[in-house]
Amino acid sequence: MEVKRPHIKSIPYEEWNDNDSLERIVDELHEGGVNVVTGSLDQLINWGRSNSLWSLTFATSCCGIEFMACGCARYDFARFGFEVTRNSPRQADLIMCAGTITHKMAPALKRLYDEMAEPKYVIAVGGCAISGGPFKSSYHVVKGIEEIVPVDVFIPGCPPRPEAIMYGMMQLQRKVKIEKFFGGANHKQTKEEAELGVSNEELTFRNKLGDHRRETIVVTDVPKDFTEELKANSQQPTANKEEQKA
Amino acid sequence: MKLDFLEFEFDKFQQGMQELKDKNHYDYLVTIVGEDFPDEGLDGKGGLGCVYILENTENHKRCAVKMMARTQVSDNGMQGSGVSDMEGQQLAYLPTVSNIWRVADLLEREVYDFYGIVFLGHPDMRRLFLRNDFKGYPFRKDWQFTDKYTLEDDREPDYGLEYYLDKDGYLQSKQNPLFGADDYVINIGPQHPATHGVLRLQTVLDGETVKRVYPHLGYIHRAIEKMWESMTYPQTLALTDRLNYLGAMQHRHALVGVIEEATGVELTERIKYIRTIMDELQRLDSHLLYTSCVAQDLGALTGMLYGMRDREHVLNVMEETTGGRLIQNYYRIGGLQADIDPNFVKNVKDLVKYLRPTIQEYMDVFGDNVITHNRLEKCGTMSLEDCINYAVTGPAGRASGWKNDVRKNHPYDMYDKVEWEQCTLSGCDSMDRYLVHINEMYQSLNIIEQLIDNIPEGDFYVKQKPIIKCPEGQWYYSVEGVAGEFGVYLDSRGDKSPYRMKMRPMGLSLVGAFDPMLRGQKIADLIATCAAIDVVIPDIDR
Repeated sequence: MEVKRPHIKSIPYEEWNDNDSLERIVDELHEGGVNVVTGSLDQLINWGRSNSLWSLTFATSCCGIEFMACGCARYDFARFGFEVTRNSPRQADLIMCAGTITHKMAPALKRLYDEMAEPKYVIAVGGCAISGGPFKSSYHVVKGIEEIVPVDVFIPGCPPRPEAIMYGMMQLQRKVKIEKFFGGANHKQTKEEAELGVSNEELTFRNKLGDHRRETIVVTDVPKDFTEELKANSQQPTANKEEQKA
Repeated sequence: MKLDFLEFEFDKFQQGMQELKDKNHYDYLVTIVGEDFPDEGLDGKGGLGCVYILENTENHKRCAVKMMARTQVSDNGMQGSGVSDMEGQQLAYLPTVSNIWRVADLLEREVYDFYGIVFLGHPDMRRLFLRNDFKGYPFRKDWQFTDKYTLEDDREPDYGLEYYLDKDGYLQSKQNPLFGADDYVINIGPQHPATHGVLRLQTVLDGETVKRVYPHLGYIHRAIEKMWESMTYPQTLALTDRLNYLGAMQHRHALVGVIEEATGVELTERIKYIRTIMDELQRLDSHLLYTSCVAQDLGALTGMLYGMRDREHVLNVMEETTGGRLIQNYYRIGGLQADIDPNFVKNVKDLVKYLRPTIQEYMDVFGDNVITHNRLEKCGTMSLEDCINYAVTGPAGRASGWKNDVRKNHPYDMYDKVEWEQCTLSGCDSMDRYLVHINEMYQSLNIIEQLIDNIPEGDFYVKQKPIIKCPEGQWYYSVEGVAGEFGVYLDSRGDKSPYRMKMRPMGLSLVGAFDPMLRGQKIADLIATCAAIDVVIPDIDR
C-alpha cells in the first residue's frame, strides 16, 4: 500500500506549485515499503493532524498583522482548522515565523523551537524571515531563519497577503498528509537539522565548559565557606558520638 | 523646521538646560539625537555629541541644543566598569539631563548603546537595544561592520552603572543594583501575546503588586537609521512603512516632509489634500485595530472581530489607490506614487457613511460595558505634569489633558484649513485613553468629509532631479502619528545620502512611562495599560 497523493478540496493536484519536492518525499518514503495496517492508520491520523494545525503566536512585525487578519471575519482560516493559536510552544504544532528575526531575538526563536514537541513544523512568512528581506544589509538581522531552524514552507511577500498565507498553510497540510506517523520518521531530520537542534543552554555551557558530552565537568572554584561547612557537618556527628561515649 | 543650535559651555550645560526648562518653559524634551559629527563641521571640530530638541508646551516654540561630548581615557582605576575591553579606550561623556526631563532616561541609554557616550549621573547606564556582549558602538562612523551572531543566551548584568567625575576630574563608575535580594522578578515577553510584539518587560513584584518595570528593547531592532546612512534619499523611503505598520502613511509623511523641506520642494494643493486624506484613513485603520486589540487583550473576543471587520473596509479603499494592503509605499519625495483611483472619492464617501454609525457599535459591545469601565478606570494613571515630563504624546497624553496634537500645534498640509477638534480628556487613565481613540475616529471622519469633495485638479507629483541632494544643514519635521508625535531629524552634508537621520519613535517614551504608571498597581493592570496605551514594538526598536 502506497502513500497517496495529498488531496485538498477545491484545488486540483496539478494546480499546486512545487509538486516536485512533495513527490520526492513520497519516493523516499516508498523506499522502505509501507505496511497495509499502519498505512491506513497513517491516513486517518494525518487527516486529523492536517486539519487541526495549531500555530504558535510568534509575530514579530508587519506579517503578524496579516496573520491576525487571516484569523478574523473576512478571511477566517478557521475554515481549514488553523484558527487555534497557542501561546505556549508545548501545545503548538508549528511556528508561523511572521516577521524579522534579529540577533537578539534569534536565541528566543531557537529556544521556542526546541521546546515544541515533535512532529513540529516551521513556516517562514515574508521576506525578512526568508532572507532578511529589505533589512538584508543591516548588522542586526538574521538573513533568513533557515540559519537557525529548519523551514518547511516559505511564504514570500512583504507582507504576504492573507490569501498567500492560507496557500502556504495548505501547502503544509499537503506535506503533513504524506507523512508516516507509524513506522517512519515523523519529521525527517537531516544531518544539518540535527546539528541545529542543540539547545541554547547547551550552547552556553559548551562555550563555558567545552562540549560536556565528551569532557567530564570538574569543579575547581568551590567557595571556601562551602567546603568548611561541609567539613563542619561531617565532623558534627562524630563529636556527638564522642559525647555519648563520655 | 530648520534647526539653529544653542550651545553651552560644558560645565554650565546642566544649569543651562535647567534654566531652559524653568525660565523659558521648554518642558517637553522631544528627542535626543546622538551623532558622530565630522571634523569639517560648522564649528570646525568633530567628534561625538548630542542634539537635544525641546518644545515649549505653552506657545509650542521649539529649540535645539547641541552639545559636544568630552573624552577621557578610561584606566584601570575605574571601578566595576563591567566591560573589560573598555580599559585604555577613549570614553566620551556628557552630563545627564535625566533628572530634568524624565524621558531622557531611555533616550540617553539609546545614545549610549549606539554611540558609547556615557552620561554622568545617569543611574542606569546599560545597553538598551543591543545584546550586552555586543562589541563596539555600531553608529560610530569608524565602527567595523560585522553581522555575526550567536544563539547563546545573553548574560545580563543585574546592576546599572552610574558614572561620575571624582574630585580630581577622573571618570569613575559605581554599580547600582537593579533588584533587591528578596525581589520576585517575572519576565513578560519577549514572546508574549499581550505585549503586541516582542517587547520584554522585566517586572519586579511584591505579591501581585508591581514594584518596578524595566523595559528591555531591541528584539526587533533592525538598525534602519544606520542603513539609511548608506542609502540615497529615494531609497530611504521604503523602510519607514515597516516601522509602525499601522501608521505607514504618517511615518513616510514625516520622512518625505523633512527631505522636501530641506530641498525646498513646493507641493501642489492636490498632493496636500490627498496626503491629508490618506493620513486620516491610516489613522482610522490603526485606531480600529487598536479598539480591537484592547478588547482582545481584556478577553472580549467579539469586540475584536467587530473592529477587524471594519478595518478591512478601510484597507479596501486604500488598496484600490495604492496597491498595497498593509504597506502602501504611497508617498515619495515631491508627491505621490500614483494618482488616486477614479473610484476613490466615491469609495471614501461610502466608507465614511458606513463607519460613522458603526463606531457606536464598538461602544455598545465593549466600550460602554460595565466590565470594561471597572477594568480600565484608574488603571495606569499618569498626571498631566508627568505626561509632559515623560513625553507621553499622542492619545495617551491627551487623555491626561495635554494638548499635544502636532496637527494643531505645528500644522502641516491641510490640517489648519479644516475644522476639527483636538480631543482631550481629564481622566488620566486607560479608560480615557480608549475614549480619546474613539473620539479621534470621529474627528478623522470629519476631516475626510471636508476634504473629499474638494480635491483640486493638479499634478500628483512634482518632478524631481534624478539624484536628490539635500543642502547642508539640520532639519526636524514631525507629524502626528497614530500613537504620538513621529518626527525625523535630518543632518545633511550635501551628499546624495543623509549623514545622519534619526526618528523620534512614538512608543519609546510610552514604554519609558510604564514604570511610573504601574508602580503600586496589580500585574494584570500592566496588560490592560499596555493594551490601552497602544505601543507597536517595531516602531520603538526601529
